[in-house]
Amino acid sequence: MSQDFEPRIVVFACNWCSYAALDLAGTSRMKYPPNFLVIRVMCSGRVDPQFILEAFRRGADGVLVAGCHPGDCHYIEGNIKALRRMTLLKKVLKEFGIEEERFRLEWISASEADKFVRVANEMLEEIKRLGPLRIEEAYQHG
Amino acid sequence: MDKPKIALYWCASCGGCEEAVVDLAEKILDVVNLVDIVFWPVAMDYKIEDVEKLPDGSITASFINGGIRLSEHEHVVKLLRRKSKLVIAYGACSAWGGVPGLANLYSREEIMRYVYHEAPTVENPEKIRPELKTKVEEKITLELPEFLPRLLPLDLVVDVDYYIPGCPPTPDVTWKAIETLLSGNLPPKGSVLGALDKSLCYECPLNDTKPEKVLIKEVKRPHEVIADPSKCLLTQGLVCLGPVTRGGCGALCIKAAMPCTGCFGPLDEVIDYGGKAISYFASIVDYTSEEEIEKALGKILDPMGVFYRYSLPASRLRGKIMLVER
Repeated sequence: MSQDFEPRIVVFACNWCSYAALDLAGTSRMKYPPNFLVIRVMCSGRVDPQFILEAFRRGADGVLVAGCHPGDCHYIEGNIKALRRMTLLKKVLKEFGIEEERFRLEWISASEADKFVRVANEMLEEIKRLGPLRIEEAYQHG
Repeated sequence: MDKPKIALYWCASCGGCEEAVVDLAEKILDVVNLVDIVFWPVAMDYKIEDVEKLPDGSITASFINGGIRLSEHEHVVKLLRRKSKLVIAYGACSAWGGVPGLANLYSREEIMRYVYHEAPTVENPEKIRPELKTKVEEKITLELPEFLPRLLPLDLVVDVDYYIPGCPPTPDVTWKAIETLLSGNLPPKGSVLGALDKSLCYECPLNDTKPEKVLIKEVKRPHEVIADPSKCLLTQGLVCLGPVTRGGCGALCIKAAMPCTGCFGPLDEVIDYGGKAISYFASIVDYTSEEEIEKALGKILDPMGVFYRYSLPASRLRGKIMLVER
C-alpha cells in the first residue's frame, strides 16, 4: 500500500466523557494524528448503526464510537444500548466485507486522554496497513 | 378511447408480484374496464417493439416488479421510463432489491461458478456457461442478455415516481394504490402508495399485549417455539421486525403467528432499513456484558438475511464490498 495513504476516520464521541477526553488531549498538548474527524453526540446510545454505514458509504476508512465506561453513562444505560447495537452491527459489517479493524467501540472517560491517543494511533496504523476502503470503485455502477 | 394506458413488466423477481395482480380477483375486471393494458409479458402477447412504437409519455403508468439484474431489464425499464408518465416500483424487489438482492453478497464469478458448476443438483461435466454470443451455425449467432455485476433496485436505474411495497403487495394494498392513481389526486413524488405511514405495530392486533418496555433474554428462531398467537411475538423471543417496518399489510404474518420479516420496507425517515432494524433489535436484548450480549445475539445465525432480507441493494453499502470486474 502506498506510503502516502492518509485514512479518514470518523469518531462519534459522547459529550460527557469521550469528547471531554479529546479536549483534554488537546489542552494537555498530547499529539494525536490529524486523520480523525470528530462528531460530538450527546451519548454513544445516540449513534444509530445507520450513521456508521453512512460514514463508510461517504468515504470513511474507519469509524470509532467512543462512550463512557459502563456504569458511568450520563443517561444511565445509553452506552449499554450502544454496546448491544455495535455487537450486532460488527457481525453485519463483516458480511459487508468491512474488516473488523475498521470499526471500534471504545470506552473513554473524561480523564483518559491518553487512552484516546493510544486507540487513535492503533487504529490509524491498522487502517494504513489495510489500505483505503474502496467503496467508490466497487459501486461506480450505481 | 381515452382510457389510461398501463404497462406491467417483471425483472429479477419470482413471479409472485404478477400473481399478486391476478389476486385482485374480480376487481381485475374493474381495472381492465378502467385502463388499457398495453404491455404485460407474463399475461398478454405484446412485444417490446409494440412499446417502442408508442409515442413518448403515452403510457400513463408502468408497474415494474423485480430488481435490475440483466442488461435486458435495464434496457426495458429505460424504454418504459421514456414511454411513461409515471413509473411505479411494484413490490419489495423493485423498491429495494428484495430476496434476489441478497446475491449482492457474492461476485458475479462466484454466482456463476456455484450455479453452473458447484450446486449439488448441477451435472455439467463440460463446464458450459451461458455466453453473451453463441454461434450455432455459420450464419446464426444467438445472443443472451448480460448478467450485470450487481442487482440494483429500480430507482438506481431510472427515475421512480411511486413505490408499492410488499413481498408481494397484498391485493388490498394494490387496489388502494390503483385507486389513488386513478383518483388524479396524486401524492408527492417518491411516496409509498397503498400502505400506512406508521409501523406495523400500529395496526398489529397483538399491540395491546406489548409491554411498555420490551426486553428479551433469549432470541428464538421460529421453528424452535410454538408461538402463542395471542401475545406479542417479540416478548416470546422471536425476531419480529414490525416496529421498524411500514404497516399496511394487515399484519397477515402475525395473524398466522409468524414474526414480521420486513417486506413492507422502511418508514419514511429511514435511510438504511437493516441498520435501523439492527439498532432496534439489538437494543432490547436484556444483557449488559459483552459476552452475554454476544451469546444472545449469536442465536441470529444469519444477521444479513434477517435484517437485510428485502433491502440489501438499497442499503448504504449495496452489498458486499468488492471490486467489480468489468
